[in-house]
Amino acid sequence: MTFDLHIWPEGSEWWVVTAAALACAACAVIGTFLVLRRLSLLGDAISHAILPGIAMAFILSGSRDVWPMLLGALAAGLATAGLTAGIQRVARLGSDASLGVVFSSLFAFGVLLITWVADRVDLDPGCVLYGQIEFVPLDTTTVLGIDIPRAVLWLSMILVADLLFVIVLFKELRLSSFDPAMSTAMGFGAGVIHYLLMTFVAATCVAAFESVGSILVVAMLVAPGATAHLLTDRLSSTLVLAAFLGVTAAFLGFLGAKWFDTSVAGVISVAAGVQFLTAALLAPRHGIVTRWVRRGLLAIRIAREDELAALYRQHEASPEPSATLTVLPPSTLRQRLARRLLRLDQSVRRINGGLSLTPAGLEQGAAIVRAHRLWETYLAQKTDLPLDHLHEASHRVEHFVSAELAKRLSKAVQATQDPHGRPIPPV
Amino acid sequence: MSHAMVDAATTPVGARIAIELHDVCVAYDRKPVLWDVDASLPAGQLIAIVGPNGGGKSTLLKSILGLVRIASGSISVFGKPVRDVRRLIGYVPQRESVDWDFPVNVADVVLMGRYGRLGWLRRPGREDRRIAAECLDMVGMTSFASRQIGQLSGGQQQRVFLARALAQESTLYLMDEPFAGVDAATEAAMVEVLRTLRNAGKTVIVVHHDLQSVQAYFDHVLLLNQRQIAAGPVREVFTSSNLQKTYGGRLTLMDEAAQALRLSDQPHGRPR
Repeated sequence: MTFDLHIWPEGSEWWVVTAAALACAACAVIGTFLVLRRLSLLGDAISHAILPGIAMAFILSGSRDVWPMLLGALAAGLATAGLTAGIQRVARLGSDASLGVVFSSLFAFGVLLITWVADRVDLDPGCVLYGQIEFVPLDTTTVLGIDIPRAVLWLSMILVADLLFVIVLFKELRLSSFDPAMSTAMGFGAGVIHYLLMTFVAATCVAAFESVGSILVVAMLVAPGATAHLLTDRLSSTLVLAAFLGVTAAFLGFLGAKWFDTSVAGVISVAAGVQFLTAALLAPRHGIVTRWVRRGLLAIRIAREDELAALYRQHEASPEPSATLTVLPPSTLRQRLARRLLRLDQSVRRINGGLSLTPAGLEQGAAIVRAHRLWETYLAQKTDLPLDHLHEASHRVEHFVSAELAKRLSKAVQATQDPHGRPIPPV
Repeated sequence: MSHAMVDAATTPVGARIAIELHDVCVAYDRKPVLWDVDASLPAGQLIAIVGPNGGGKSTLLKSILGLVRIASGSISVFGKPVRDVRRLIGYVPQRESVDWDFPVNVADVVLMGRYGRLGWLRRPGREDRRIAAECLDMVGMTSFASRQIGQLSGGQQQRVFLARALAQESTLYLMDEPFAGVDAATEAAMVEVLRTLRNAGKTVIVVHHDLQSVQAYFDHVLLLNQRQIAAGPVREVFTSSNLQKTYGGRLTLMDEAAQALRLSDQPHGRPR
């Protein structure tokens, strides 16, 4: 049986994949800054707010050519960003509320304009400005004698522009996104940088709407940046990873769309969502599952050490090397697991129906009890905690005392016995 | 005064007056938040800006930096408008003003201190990195260099901010509550760094909220509660009657008692 490769792109479908990858990379890079500046929904807002821009462009130019439409859309996109920031400052609203007010009003204004000109001409933004990624190969242009889709040409230019902008102004973008007050105080006006960024966001949005449609753009401005933010700690890696995730989502999305025979933009957006979900669950530091596993491992380690310390304390009472330790039968799953672990790593062995500590187990057990008693002694010397309160505190700390800390504790307390009169095991 | 201005215009470092505030008034919308501020802050000293919450301390700092527009009056730094001397000013903003989840590590943040000297488009080089590393060492945070900034404790974050200000190699430092959320040991270490700066001839202006330590840390103080209550050497103006005026009914009995105790130790601090 051979693997059926019918979902692999072929012929002109490669143009679709290329356009998707270019659009996703451009949106991911510029969108990372939106995510970091908590302006994630700006793309969504711009997708609505360009309506009055298109209408005005039509009214002023009287044609349905693409160039006036694009310029109108770009102006409307910039107006969205500018008005949002302005309202935020003047009316002291949050960025979400200002954004909401601006784009819904602009959209409504656009609807009014469209109805006003509607009896003269059919001006449906769905046809005029929102492209469909499946149709990318149909509209071609000739560059240096090669026929390439217009969308691919445009998206390449916008991606290059975005990359140049981010690379050249990397220092300024990083400072003003992290600490705008400092940026302005140093002479890199945070406002200037903000509007520069917004210009690139609006241009990217408009170019990408026209080529690949709005769903994809809105999703790709947010998802890859958010995913990369979960996985990285430095801006440069965040940006590179976001671009990589965008391109990957584009490719996987295309394959998925072909498999399910459905909308390419839709499946790419879903793929980006799946990437985010995976990262949210498995990210090395912030991931939900990661944290859960880490906590589980810690619990097991503590159970094992508690069990080992209990065995050591029994051993102290009758310190012959091969003595059988009569331990109470394990009562909880935790203890049973811990004891199995101790047998597996050969810290204890079964002997005459009981357990006996191996030399390795003896040493580890001594270290834990030593940490416990050193800590008790230290607390007794340095605080006025009553004697019966020392155990609880030390019981928690004993699992986190490194050899180095134990050495320093030992030097600080200078004692051979703990406050209860029990010996502190020597090293 | 005019002598100092002329002097400052030619040699800012040797100037006797660091900041000249003349009838400064700041308003948000139509509501004035700060008025009648008229003071000369001397160069080469540790200066505290003290007052209740909402008294306009941060606003004053931001207006000196040009981050907030003043409604009337004038501010000069070493005798010049602030935009001409930006490079001479180091700034430690309030903790709340930055995004601690942002993907930058400690070394990146300290290196940001060098950006002002570089200007637009130029990238930090090896020398900048060396200076940043040195400054990080001065605040004892070298071992945290590659940590993401949000993983540090509040006190460690303030130390990193201080290191960033040091990396600016400024003549004048403006710090907005640098001791907020800092433990006693760190505060002592940070004050030591501030004294080192002062002894090297730099001017350090700190928005400060702890009345108890003003006399121990600072040479000069500006008391502020929307308007200027008093400004001058700590010994002369940090009196309980001025504090009472500054804090009005808001000064708790506890503060007052502690203040009275403190002042009674001082030979010439008592107003009554």
